[in-house]
Amino acid sequence: MSLKNRRVVWAYIFLLVPLAFFLVVRAGPTIFAFDVSLRAFNPMAEIKPYVGFDNFARVFKDIADPDHVTRKAFENTLKYVIIGTPIQLSLALGIAMLMNSIRRFRTIFRVIYFIPFVTSAVAVAWVWRALYMPDFGFLNLVLGLFGIPSQRFLFDPNQSLLSVTAVVVWQGLGFAVIIFLAGLQAIPETFYEAARVDGAGRWRLFGSITIPLLNPTIVYLAVLQTIAFLRMFAEVVNLTRQGDGGPVNTTTTVVLRVFREGFGSLNMGYAAAMTVLLFAMIMVISIIQFRLVQRRVEY
Amino acid sequence: MASLSQGLSSGPVRSRSDSGPLLAYVLLGIGAIVMIIPFFWMLTMSLKDPSEILKPQFLPAAPTLDNYTQVLTRTLFPNWYFNSLVAASVSTASVAFFDSVTGYVFAKFEFPGKRIAFLLILATLMVPTEMLVIPWFIMATGVKLADTTLGIVFPGLITATGAFLMRQAFQSVPDELLDAARIDGMHEFGIFTRVAWPLVLPALAAVCIFNFLGNWNAYIWPLIVTSQRLTMTLPIGLAFFSNEAGSAWNLIMTGATLSTVPLLTVFVFMQKQIIQGVALTGMKS
Amino acid sequence: MKLHKYALFAVASALILAACSGAAPTAPPAAAATPAPAKPTEAKPGEVITIEYWQYNFQSRIDVMNDLIKQFEAANPGIKVIHNSEIPNADFQAKIAAAAPAGVGPDVATLFNGWLTGWVNAGYLVPLPEKDFPPADIEKNFTTLVQGTKFQGKYWAIPTAVRSLALFWNKDMFKAAGLDPEKPPATLDEFVEYSKKLTKTEGGKITQQGFAVEMTGQAHQWFREVLTRQYGETPFSADNKTLNYGSAKSCEAFKWLTKFETEYKTGSNDLFDGATTAFTNGKLAMHIDGSFRLGALNSAKGLNYGVAVLPTKDNIKANFGSFWTHGITKKGAADPKRMEAAVKFLKFITTPAAGTAWVKGTGELPAQLSAAADPALAADPKLGAFAKQMSYSVATFFVDEAKQRQNLIDAFDAVRLQNVEPCKALADAVKKDQALYDEFWAKNK
Repeated sequence: MSLKNRRVVWAYIFLLVPLAFFLVVRAGPTIFAFDVSLRAFNPMAEIKPYVGFDNFARVFKDIADPDHVTRKAFENTLKYVIIGTPIQLSLALGIAMLMNSIRRFRTIFRVIYFIPFVTSAVAVAWVWRALYMPDFGFLNLVLGLFGIPSQRFLFDPNQSLLSVTAVVVWQGLGFAVIIFLAGLQAIPETFYEAARVDGAGRWRLFGSITIPLLNPTIVYLAVLQTIAFLRMFAEVVNLTRQGDGGPVNTTTTVVLRVFREGFGSLNMGYAAAMTVLLFAMIMVISIIQFRLVQRRVEY
Repeated sequence: MASLSQGLSSGPVRSRSDSGPLLAYVLLGIGAIVMIIPFFWMLTMSLKDPSEILKPQFLPAAPTLDNYTQVLTRTLFPNWYFNSLVAASVSTASVAFFDSVTGYVFAKFEFPGKRIAFLLILATLMVPTEMLVIPWFIMATGVKLADTTLGIVFPGLITATGAFLMRQAFQSVPDELLDAARIDGMHEFGIFTRVAWPLVLPALAAVCIFNFLGNWNAYIWPLIVTSQRLTMTLPIGLAFFSNEAGSAWNLIMTGATLSTVPLLTVFVFMQKQIIQGVALTGMKS
Repeated sequence: MKLHKYALFAVASALILAACSGAAPTAPPAAAATPAPAKPTEAKPGEVITIEYWQYNFQSRIDVMNDLIKQFEAANPGIKVIHNSEIPNADFQAKIAAAAPAGVGPDVATLFNGWLTGWVNAGYLVPLPEKDFPPADIEKNFTTLVQGTKFQGKYWAIPTAVRSLALFWNKDMFKAAGLDPEKPPATLDEFVEYSKKLTKTEGGKITQQGFAVEMTGQAHQWFREVLTRQYGETPFSADNKTLNYGSAKSCEAFKWLTKFETEYKTGSNDLFDGATTAFTNGKLAMHIDGSFRLGALNSAKGLNYGVAVLPTKDNIKANFGSFWTHGITKKGAADPKRMEAAVKFLKFITTPAAGTAWVKGTGELPAQLSAAADPALAADPKLGAFAKQMSYSVATFFVDEAKQRQNLIDAFDAVRLQNVEPCKALADAVKKDQALYDEFWAKNK
């Protein structure tokens, strides 16, 4: 056998197990999920008959109904994305720039800001649930010191979604800070010097140099965080009473509904249809990211 | 913010006023306090006697270690800890090997079907696990894997993200080294393990750390695949300190502290590598 | 050379196989057995038949059941019962459902009465054999609650014990407020009056609650089956197809309930970590809950409480009953020997003696009328109130208990948190429930 062919054989041998794995654990189940979404699937029943696109029709019908919890789940999930991602990225960028400007204690700050990221979402959720408690939580204690009346936070339909968003933003902040920091440090100082020589002021430097050069990083983090928000589950389950998705369904998410419909009410077909929709949303976002990054290849 | 201009100069030369950095320190300090306060609260709640927990006080009036004794000796917490440890270790060991092998092949070999295989693995990145939990669940119970370690870890034994990271790392390994080893008569597997692999240790470390962390904190899949309290992992077990009768806050906070402290310690000692690894994943974008 | 490669693959596979063998890694501290797959049996005399029994994880129930199993096995040396009680309540239905397609699961299972129709629909339960469980006997010997589970003309499951609701009150708080600590409110009007007297505030914050509506607990059952009747409505039509708990009369009942939070401000489920916790911790004076709460309350230090029958209105007495009931699964019925063993076991755990044993361990009431008529029960200070109400307790015919509960919770929250008009909120909830029932009945002939 020629040298080249031997290497090809080795490549196949190396890839045997991984490819088999991806086929069995990823590709197969994906098709299976589509199949489940086309059936009336109660795991307890003997037969799970095909019902065509019935499940999808029901999901869309429920989304169209302003009172339906499925609709609320999709609405909330989108709200999380639209509110949470910009806040988190702006905060992270600001913090990264601050960190970039100091010389001492940088390591300590980096560590402290990153700690929430290595903590489990469940522990984080329970701690914040305690912080948010209306009558004996830390936050209301502090507010009380300033004479501000107790807030209901997670129990108030107007505050619940923001309260949950704050927790998720808090936890993911450190990761974004580190990535931004790396990105900032990769910008050559010469760019700034050249611009300053041309008489550019602070904001000009920020707008014309920092942001454009950070663009790939910003897009990357935005997509990552968006997808994370789209998949949110553990936090909401552990922040709401009995994991029900907040007062009057104001904090429930798509994945939480999938879980409840599929494993609570045993309507797995409907739940699978929802996950297919989720997949579509994520795919769209990933494609948008791909396009955005491809465009900005200047500099 | 005045400090923005300071942010723009990453070098030591500073011609602005020195109030810039001071403001930066103050702001960062306040932010750091916000990041830390929940952990402080978690700790103080774990030291409070159950009767004190629901009182609006900052510090425990009579701090006690009773909660810790209870959690460690009279609950299934040690089981959950062990389960999490085993699951995360098994998964990380598998990922360390298979992700590397996969990345290596894509980085250093040409073969028919390479593009298709690459796209297949790339495509798996787009499918969210939430979509797969129902099929996984049906598959796992079908082969009686529910409530087993393998059942908990099987979805993550090989990961596409890890494979891609390793691929990038292997791409910077000089081909000449590998060719030289081939001329020396070394077989391919040996070249992989003895020549290429040792050269990508930083990336490997990053992949391992992330994988361990991800597995340790995983929630939705272990929740679905385990139904018996004995086989639960930490995050799942912790959530069961609360039920429709109420939440045992003292136990939950103690459990949360206990599950966070080891990770934290490891993190503090290895923070340099971990953070470098994180930055690495960002650079790959 | 190839050896190397195989060696490493072997290591990797060994790793995976090691993980394979890891079921429960450490010895369980409690004496709960792990389920083993039921084996088909041979026709040898003296052969032991093994059946599996599953119930959800609740210590007192586990303890009583273990005792009953011991007695049963002693009386039936040819039968062995494996007791799986590890699954938490919240997961129970899902995990049993999961096991079904894999052929793993119980031969005899305990399910919540509200799940019965779902399980029957999925074909998971088999009807109780009429020669062993004659319907006439069931109707003669068991509380009327059980008759509510007759479905498609047959009985599918039979309980050991049942629960109903009662009024729990904190005697010390009554005394401190100048009320007779031994006289709980007897009518709804008195109830309102007392709740106002028992509420204490300090600087605008409630420090002691008179009454808090726990919709996430039993309050929704209280509304649906009890308050509606007391306001003159019949919540369900006789064939369980039409829902009336959204009618004008029902709305009056609903409004009455919402006023505790919107008008009298005597307390809220949002405070003190929920009404049940608040009552246990002495922050709530009166609470409506089920008999399953007795265990937790009895172990609460320093709690001096009493249990009374639910307050009446216009002398209308009503109560809501629920129960966990035992049925035989299709897996158990598949094998004639296991079926026989399962029937024997089921008979044993639903005798009056079993019911009495259950009471002592769990605080639930026996499902058998003879055991429930025990005068000792009626005289018991805590259980007496429940026993007295059994004769007029009604079990709800649920189609999807979780969703129906959530719809009422949402309606209540909409009123108290979003100022929605109570009758509108209630009507919306009932409309959603009605849709569930319409869909259910469409599938069932």
